[in-house]
Amino acid sequence: MSPPGAPASLPLTGMPADDVVRLDGVRRTFGDVVALDGLSLRVAPGTVTVLLGPNGAGKTTAVRMITGALPPEHGTVAVFGLDPTVDGENVRRRCGVVSARSALYDRLSGYDNLRYSAELYGLGPSAPIEASAARFGIDAALSLRVGGYSTGMKTRLALARAVLHDPDLLLLDEPTSGLDPESSHAVLRLIDEMAADGKTVVMCTHLLLEAEGLADQVVMLEAGRDLVSGSPEELVARYWPHPTVAVDAENREALDAAAGAPGVLGYERNGAGAVVTVDDLSRVPDLVAGLVAVGARLRRVTPHEPTLEELYFAVRRRSADVGEEP
Amino acid sequence: MNRRRILTVARTDLRQLRQSPDFWVPMMILAGFFFVVAPAVLLSLITAAETSPAIQRVATAVDVLPSAARAAVEGKTSDAAGQTSYALAVYLFAPLAVIVPMTISTAVGANTLVGEKERGTGEFLAHSPASDRELYLGKLIASLVPGYLTTMVGFGVYSLIVNLIVGPRVGGWFFPTSEWWVLMVWVVPPFLALTLSVVLRLSARVKSSAAAQQASGLVTLPLIMVSYAQSSGFIFGTTASGIGIGLLVWVAAAVGLARGARAVTRPRLLGIDGRL
Repeated sequence: MSPPGAPASLPLTGMPADDVVRLDGVRRTFGDVVALDGLSLRVAPGTVTVLLGPNGAGKTTAVRMITGALPPEHGTVAVFGLDPTVDGENVRRRCGVVSARSALYDRLSGYDNLRYSAELYGLGPSAPIEASAARFGIDAALSLRVGGYSTGMKTRLALARAVLHDPDLLLLDEPTSGLDPESSHAVLRLIDEMAADGKTVVMCTHLLLEAEGLADQVVMLEAGRDLVSGSPEELVARYWPHPTVAVDAENREALDAAAGAPGVLGYERNGAGAVVTVDDLSRVPDLVAGLVAVGARLRRVTPHEPTLEELYFAVRRRSADVGEEP
Repeated sequence: MNRRRILTVARTDLRQLRQSPDFWVPMMILAGFFFVVAPAVLLSLITAAETSPAIQRVATAVDVLPSAARAAVEGKTSDAAGQTSYALAVYLFAPLAVIVPMTISTAVGANTLVGEKERGTGEFLAHSPASDRELYLGKLIASLVPGYLTTMVGFGVYSLIVNLIVGPRVGGWFFPTSEWWVLMVWVVPPFLALTLSVVLRLSARVKSSAAAQQASGLVTLPLIMVSYAQSSGFIFGTTASGIGIGLLVWVAAAVGLARGARAVTRPRLLGIDGRL
């Protein structure tokens, strides 16, 4: 939904209109600390982008740049083709933000918190306050003071507030930190729903499991720089160019025979058996036959899909190697 | 600039204030003491015990008033207790009408921006469509209203008390005088605005509410003293001098507010001021 009156200015020169978010060489320091160090980022419309990185990687600063809450010292930021430091109001009207801290007014009721947001976004008396609260199962507590809410209730209210004005771009900064499973699920469900509605989502997290299966694009940040970015499939293909197979047996030591089998490029024992890298999946039947021949009592042979966590650590390991680009 | 958004910010801040009895109860006690208890007790004692030697000594205070004020007092009644209570009602307690609201507005204003930082709600405002200027004006209104409301309500109650206690001794209702009207309507508001322009700038810059209270106390105390002195002098002077003083303070307030508006920025709402 485009809010009334937006946008007021023309798209920035040279900015493709189809990128919802575009950061080019953005740098921002706080005193001696470099929060963002030449970060570049593209977010296509209707996609879910996950910014991964440890604490202090620059994820929150990136979100603040996107809404224009913080101006960059160097580089350019364009959101919906607008410069948020110039057209901040028009950009922010189309953004919904859930911060790491719920940023709610504890002395006010849940209803008053939503009403405040509705009025700031110019929604008028027909603002869907109850409906938005009901969407996250917090409608029964709307009349209570937020100071008495649990962490999960606060996050759900913050989610209701973020989507109250039906934003085109949803920015989630560590939205599931410290949440119970039910509230975490509400966050992930929202992301799914937003993506299904064709909205654009940018989520910062250092919890890799929650990003699994959600992301169209993964951007890994470290020390304010993007170490690597791309779709999960692209990144997996880049870091694991050959297929891998997870195998397990009752007698795991017998699996070691796989290391010398034809077509095996890598072999690694782990707590669940072993991961075998082969040059082609067509090698697997022969591999299995070979293992059985040496007495392995196989329990499991499955294609191994690297998780985001494995990807994350693979990128970090490679980035730590001196002189090697991830 | 969106006027509705400014009022939304102000209204929400005032709503939070209303929900905070730990803040407004002490302020009510302060206002009640200066506007009700102190004048009621003192004026009742004076009017009831006119022959006491202590009252006679207080009556000599009339002699130190400027000649115009002394003439006004002596024109009201010839008895010493009546003159003393009239002088106290009109000239002693008047400047309190400036100090009490300024104290209240300063307390509200000192917390208003730094409080957003401390609670983390500055993040919400920083990502909202409201402009820095709209946020500033909303916060300013929210800080001005409690102070000015206190002035008007306190002034009304005070008028009732002094007229009921002193009125019978000086030939009927005498309060408010024309100087008082000018003070309340024309002089107090710009003093409030001027003080808040300083307080809000401090509130935007400091890191904690405690620091804001300390710093604003330090900076606004001289301003309160100046406003007290000006108000006292004006009460002893003429209506025209009050209008002149008010005009000067309005100009100073306008300059202060324009400068103060620049102090409210989104990085500061986020608790970032060039440093982490």
